[in-house]
Amino acid sequence: MSILDVVGPVMIGPSSSHTLGAIRIGRFVNRLLGEKPDSVVFYLCGSFSKTYKGHGTDRALLGGVLGMADDDENIKKSIEIASSTGLAFRFSAFENEEVHPNTVRIECQKNGILHDVWGASIGGGAINIFRVNGVECSLNGKAPVIFVVNRDVPGALSKILNKLEINVANLYLKRLNRLKLTAAAIIELDDAPSKKTLEELKKLDVVLELYYIPKIF
Amino acid sequence: MLFEDLKRLVNGTQLPLHEVVLSYEMLENGEDPQTLKNDLSKLLKIMLEISDKIYGKKFQTLTGLTGENGFLLSKVDDGLLGEFIHCAVVTAISMSENNASMGRIVACPTAGSCGVIPGIFYALKKIKKLDFETLLNGFIVAGGIGEIIAAKATISGAVSGCQAEIGTATAMAAAGLTYCMNGNIEMVESAASISLKSLMGLVCDPVGGFVEVPCVKRNGTAVGVAVVASQMALAGIESVIPFDEVVDAMKKVGKSLPESLKETALGGVASTPTARKILKDIIENLG
Repeated sequence: MSILDVVGPVMIGPSSSHTLGAIRIGRFVNRLLGEKPDSVVFYLCGSFSKTYKGHGTDRALLGGVLGMADDDENIKKSIEIASSTGLAFRFSAFENEEVHPNTVRIECQKNGILHDVWGASIGGGAINIFRVNGVECSLNGKAPVIFVVNRDVPGALSKILNKLEINVANLYLKRLNRLKLTAAAIIELDDAPSKKTLEELKKLDVVLELYYIPKIF
Repeated sequence: MLFEDLKRLVNGTQLPLHEVVLSYEMLENGEDPQTLKNDLSKLLKIMLEISDKIYGKKFQTLTGLTGENGFLLSKVDDGLLGEFIHCAVVTAISMSENNASMGRIVACPTAGSCGVIPGIFYALKKIKKLDFETLLNGFIVAGGIGEIIAAKATISGAVSGCQAEIGTATAMAAAGLTYCMNGNIEMVESAASISLKSLMGLVCDPVGGFVEVPCVKRNGTAVGVAVVASQMALAGIESVIPFDEVVDAMKKVGKSLPESLKETALGGVASTPTARKILKDIIENLG
């Protein structure tokens, strides 16, 4: 507990759970892609789906996906900005009793590749990203993350981890397709990796796709 | 952190309260006091800058239920409030309406209660003409009070009702105000205690769940509570119950409040016939 948990952050209103958390989940998607997507669908669950317009959750999510900061005053105009930049977007309600009431599933496309991120705004602006492209995880946005799709062969993971000079905080694994021999790993790190490390990782023969997501806040 | 600890340290070291708060943070979290002071200085500066920008303005809020209350009050001063409270209330309501219109704010302690503390500090700057350093010292003390409540209880309306949000903001504001007015540590404690006791049991009942009714006006009236509590304490009126115990009591009250009165929009003014009708209209209008 610190004074800074009580005073601040500087943010766009009106609600830390319905606005700030939504901006941050949206920004996770922006950082995953490294830029804004070509198209995006937001599936809103529970309280998000019932109250999103009165809380500006729609504008917050879009602003985040466009890469805006927590206190960017353009968030208010994000719908207009998204339209003017040619980003196709849609909001839709979805029922799911299993997940946190303030959950959004963001399905987006960039250069023909589909991405699917599930996140919950769990209060006070804190977030929990709990599924990325089919891999279950629990990411709070405060640590750098590497998402890697690799060949599902013996030794692949150790080759990847060996390249990292930084301590791994958490590791999430999932086999994606047994026939195509693909698997995915989400590697949560204590510190940001160097550019060189990321380049070397991309060059590994076992690495098929690699995304680096810097910390969100 | 306990208020008792702060009192013991102030009496033991003879250091001013704001420095004790910063040192305590270092002992607890390893935070460098100067870095923390700089961070808080930045936040206070932003808060005062935004206050300047939004004072008495009209806003287009998300639901349209509020937006011109700060403007209305800024135009009328019948002398009932006095210059200081008038300025503080206009700031608090305007800040809260700025929040409801997706404006930039400093959550303090939360977005829903973001008006009270800027209200007091902006009035201290504008009306009392206090210098920034004095304001910052008061702001640090306010932060310490907020941290005590957050650590011992909660600052979330969904957990303990509005007493934990507006109640905390008001206790912080009253403590900061008292310190800026040269109140000693006993006076600071009394001001915070009297405020929190005055708002104990306050329920979180936002119409439709939106941070507008009754939140915006509550930010305004809470400023009055903070100023009255502070002036009482500065006059030597003591809180019979120590602050730490008031916080414990607030936490217990929060536990005994039903879920309908904790941000669910199912009770309080949120469940009145008018609220239900308004909500139906809003949903139709927003589409």
